[in-house]
Amino acid sequence: MDMAGTVAKSGFAAAEARPRHLTEPPLVRWMLIGIALVFLALVLLLPLTTVIAEALAKGVQTYLAAVTEPDALSAIRLTLLVAAIAVPLNTVFGVAAAWAIAKFKFSGRNVLVTLIDLPFAVSPVISGLIFVLLFGAQGWFGPWLEAAGIKIIFALPGIVLATVFVTFPFVARELLPVMQAQGSEEEEAAAGMGAGGWRIFFRITLPNIKWGLLYGIILCNARAMGEFGAVSVVSGHIRGLTNTIPLHVEILYNEYQFTASFAVASLLVLLALMTLIAKNVMEWKQQQVTQRMREEVETDAH
Amino acid sequence: MHIKVERISKTFGRFEAVKDVSFEIADGRLVGILGPSGGGKTTILRMLAGLETPDSGTIYFDGHPVNDVPPQKRGIGFVFQNYALFRHMTVFDNIAFGLVVQRRKKEEIRERVARFIELTALNGLENRLPHQLSGGQRQRVAFARALAPEPKLLLLDEPFAAIDAKVRKELRTWLKNTIRAVGVTTIFVTHDQEEAVEVADEMIVVHQGRVEQQGAPIDIYQRPQSPFVASFIGETTVLDNIPSLRGFESAAGFERAIIRPEFVEVGTEREIKLPGASNRGKVRNVFFRGMHWQVDVQVGDSILSAYRSAELPPLRPDDDVFVLVHRLYAFEHGRCTVLENAAKTDPMPVSI
Repeated sequence: MDMAGTVAKSGFAAAEARPRHLTEPPLVRWMLIGIALVFLALVLLLPLTTVIAEALAKGVQTYLAAVTEPDALSAIRLTLLVAAIAVPLNTVFGVAAAWAIAKFKFSGRNVLVTLIDLPFAVSPVISGLIFVLLFGAQGWFGPWLEAAGIKIIFALPGIVLATVFVTFPFVARELLPVMQAQGSEEEEAAAGMGAGGWRIFFRITLPNIKWGLLYGIILCNARAMGEFGAVSVVSGHIRGLTNTIPLHVEILYNEYQFTASFAVASLLVLLALMTLIAKNVMEWKQQQVTQRMREEVETDAH
Repeated sequence: MHIKVERISKTFGRFEAVKDVSFEIADGRLVGILGPSGGGKTTILRMLAGLETPDSGTIYFDGHPVNDVPPQKRGIGFVFQNYALFRHMTVFDNIAFGLVVQRRKKEEIRERVARFIELTALNGLENRLPHQLSGGQRQRVAFARALAPEPKLLLLDEPFAAIDAKVRKELRTWLKNTIRAVGVTTIFVTHDQEEAVEVADEMIVVHQGRVEQQGAPIDIYQRPQSPFVASFIGETTVLDNIPSLRGFESAAGFERAIIRPEFVEVGTEREIKLPGASNRGKVRNVFFRGMHWQVDVQVGDSILSAYRSAELPPLRPDDDVFVLVHRLYAFEHGRCTVLENAAKTDPMPVSI
């Protein structure tokens, strides 16, 4: 389900015709391309088509029934709700963190950069367990929370927390290089002309980072909806209450309801496809902006 | 606006960018801060703009200290080295930005922007984005954007650095005339002495975070006050043994001297009018410099550079020549003295 993970940005521009002395003989070239394609077909396309095929194996009626039964709808609602809370939170955090790192020099800057990457390095199961250890019945704050009547683990707050933790690098990671490349001269120019902080942010900073920001948000959203490991630990798998789409898929599968399981899973595949398309559009837009920046620098250098 | 800078210093980590700098600039002047890269010029400019805060010392605008005034309230126009145009805004919106911030009326904004588009010869480019402009056009947009909100002080950071040599010359003259026409006090930073001399009516030479000398370009050229200024302004050769030169025998006690090529005459016996005041030398290298020859000539142990008119017959390496040094700057304990060739005024020159 982690389809939108840390896929490196594709560098189409760099793949232009290579000079002859750097190019391999045709046989090697075709072999490399062949291996890549076969691998992709086996590992990516085959499973994806299987999901769709299995989902529709017993007709569209069964498919629709599986997707619209109350527990499935509840899972979809919960997933959307969690994403609706986690993604804006991480957008604000990501912008703030990227801003701080790119535009200011302070002690602990490198520590912050490393910390942002932490969720990528930690297994999602651990990410979930952290919150159980903190807020669970036997956890540090457990007794206190129980006394106050607040439920975090096996409830919405826990799922949101785990999702936020797992997805917080995406926006910051996307924005950092963009903001670092742009520097702060445009903001300084605006300040010199009398613009205050908010105006500078909304009129200068935000338009300059918007494609990178949207790209980060899309990746963050895809991961927030698709996260399994961390959410699985904190959710408690209560049907119709604390199951997100990925958890619901697993439950259906374990109950041998393969068609229903694949039908719900196809929703995630759909989400993945939409994410990929949106991601490519954003990348293309951002590339145009960077290309322009490069051209500007080049014409300046003449 | 009258500007007074009193003993300002600025340190970045362990690097002392600006050390105890003081200067004063009268209202309406066009001043060039000149110095080698990394000498603290840009830091001084950024402190004037309020983009950096001095660690110590005070900056006064029209007699009022402004250290605690944020850049927004200083009434300054700043042109960045790479212009920092708002890349997603059109030329029009870039120039209008400061006026919009000032909440001017729409009608007035349109009028003023149109005036500056006219003034900077950007007609027809109003709706272009910065990346669709040439380097020179971008510079003019940055300039118009800085001037449109009527700043009391205009600051330019290496305004010509990013422009190719040919356009640069035109822009210099244009910039000087436009600033005159607008009448705004202007300070620009440059590492190019030719640019500073040509554009500024007053220069401040900065070296390693200190002010070396302030004055009109011609005064700084003719009367450098420190070895650094003498060697930085104009072409120079450094000489250790002054008394070995004919005409400077009595100049003992100086540590070293700086000689400019324009102070040195090189020629055959027939060409040099005062052979008695000249040394014998041997031509080492000859370069054609477009409008004149540069001749490197060996006199004793030292190699001196001299200019020679392209009208005269060319010299060749290993030619024996006469070398007449008219003038040199001699230094002693960091103080500079201008020495004239004494033998030139000798009533009875002896021919060799």
